[in-house]
Amino acid sequence: MTKIHSPDTLIQSLSSQLSESLAQKQITDPVMVGIHTGGAWVAEQLHKKLKLKEPLATLNISFYRDDFSRIGVHPQVTPSTLPNEIENRHIILVDDVLQTGRTIRAAMNELFDYGRPASITLVCLLERDGRELPIRADIVGQQLTLRDDEQVKLTGPEPLAFDIKHVTLD
Amino acid sequence: MVNKNARATNPLLGQDHWNIQLDENGRLKHFLTIEGLGSEILTEILDTAENFTSVNKRTVKKVPLLRGKTITNLFFEASTRTRTTFELAAKRLSADVLNINISTSATSKGESLLDTLYNLQAMQTDMFVIRHQDSGAAHFAARHVAPYISVLNAGDGRHAHPTQAMLDMLTIRQNKGHDFSALRVAIVGDILHSRVARSQIHALNTLNIGDIRVVAPRTLLPADIEKLGVNVHYNLQQGIADADVVIMLRLQKERMQGAMLPSELEYYQQYGLTSETLKYAKPDAIVMHPGPINRGVEIESCVADGMQSVILDQVSNGIAVRMAVMSMTLGTSAQQTGDDK
Repeated sequence: MTKIHSPDTLIQSLSSQLSESLAQKQITDPVMVGIHTGGAWVAEQLHKKLKLKEPLATLNISFYRDDFSRIGVHPQVTPSTLPNEIENRHIILVDDVLQTGRTIRAAMNELFDYGRPASITLVCLLERDGRELPIRADIVGQQLTLRDDEQVKLTGPEPLAFDIKHVTLD
Repeated sequence: MVNKNARATNPLLGQDHWNIQLDENGRLKHFLTIEGLGSEILTEILDTAENFTSVNKRTVKKVPLLRGKTITNLFFEASTRTRTTFELAAKRLSADVLNINISTSATSKGESLLDTLYNLQAMQTDMFVIRHQDSGAAHFAARHVAPYISVLNAGDGRHAHPTQAMLDMLTIRQNKGHDFSALRVAIVGDILHSRVARSQIHALNTLNIGDIRVVAPRTLLPADIEKLGVNVHYNLQQGIADADVVIMLRLQKERMQGAMLPSELEYYQQYGLTSETLKYAKPDAIVMHPGPINRGVEIESCVADGMQSVILDQVSNGIAVRMAVMSMTLGTSAQQTGDDK
């Protein structure tokens, strides 16, 4: 298995890639949105490093999940906090691990219930194999190939670390 | 999870009437009464509802959780707030809603409750929301419908109105914080006919409230009310003294046969909440009422509309609480049948 860099190193890399990309696209006042819970931790640090003006927003996608009819509703104590107006804004959507793409699908559905953004840039700390939907990240900390029975999770918020677990497949 | 100490028997409902509310994993399957539910489940309802309050403040007040589900509102008794907030809750979860108006339905041609349920079940209903004048009607439905169907009690006779109790708990929690142990709640008025008061008392006790007082004339109190764990007061000023929460109940004139009260005016003079009597409660006390309010009968207009009143917040919270209960119960029934796998 390839070695995974530390979350701090990867966030540093995301930060420089992102500021370059924003400059290139001439986006000056983006809205950064972190997906609960891991994505929000990453977004918080990125938001600080980039010194963004608009306050950090968070998204709780539990009401948009596509596996509700299988696993039921699992409320998190933290609801979504998005600015009142995301119409025509440039969104930077941040998550910890991109795998199936289903979380991002749910997050984009929720974002569109708040308005029509000008663009969405997807930033992920780790991008691993196992995509089930045609979704890709624009900015990635590290790419990773894991066995089917391995799962990677970000733990935090202080300190941020990766946790690789073996899972039993059904 | 089932509180065995709370086993009071109700001959109409049977010994284990609350057990059918939970599935084999202890998760909420029907919501019929607060009795027998632990503080974990009540807190889960409140946390989920808190999340839904943020959905209700958005421009697009709709999430796709219950898309494709059918929810049938069966109201055998008049209702405005409860029926409309159940309907809005279902629609905001993207479910399809059927409202059966009993006065124009086949019930008025003599169809039994069970036949009505079976016919609606044949139309692939996933959930029944039932209000009925008879205590135990929702339990009866829960026992007889197909196993994948959830039943929510929207008020049965004098027995229970659990979603109303939970929206009241949410309103108290938003105003007074998560720890109920230091709070004093006074419930004032027609306790005898009030299913709302019964459910509130069970919920407050389960959530470890400091002190519950019921305040009413003797004719409007059930005989064994102390057994529910409340302190009884017959005088309004004493009853609401230093209360953090004052809950006023409606005088249920439609349920009163016989001379329970000398007159409405005398009731108002003794038990009506006015700006003068409210001074006996704590200065930051909140005033609640499940509605509909009778101005000048149990509450003075300027109190109902005043700074301390949270009566309209209760209405908004009703939508969030009903969304929470609907998504929790339908979530577990999907788990049981394993559909969509």
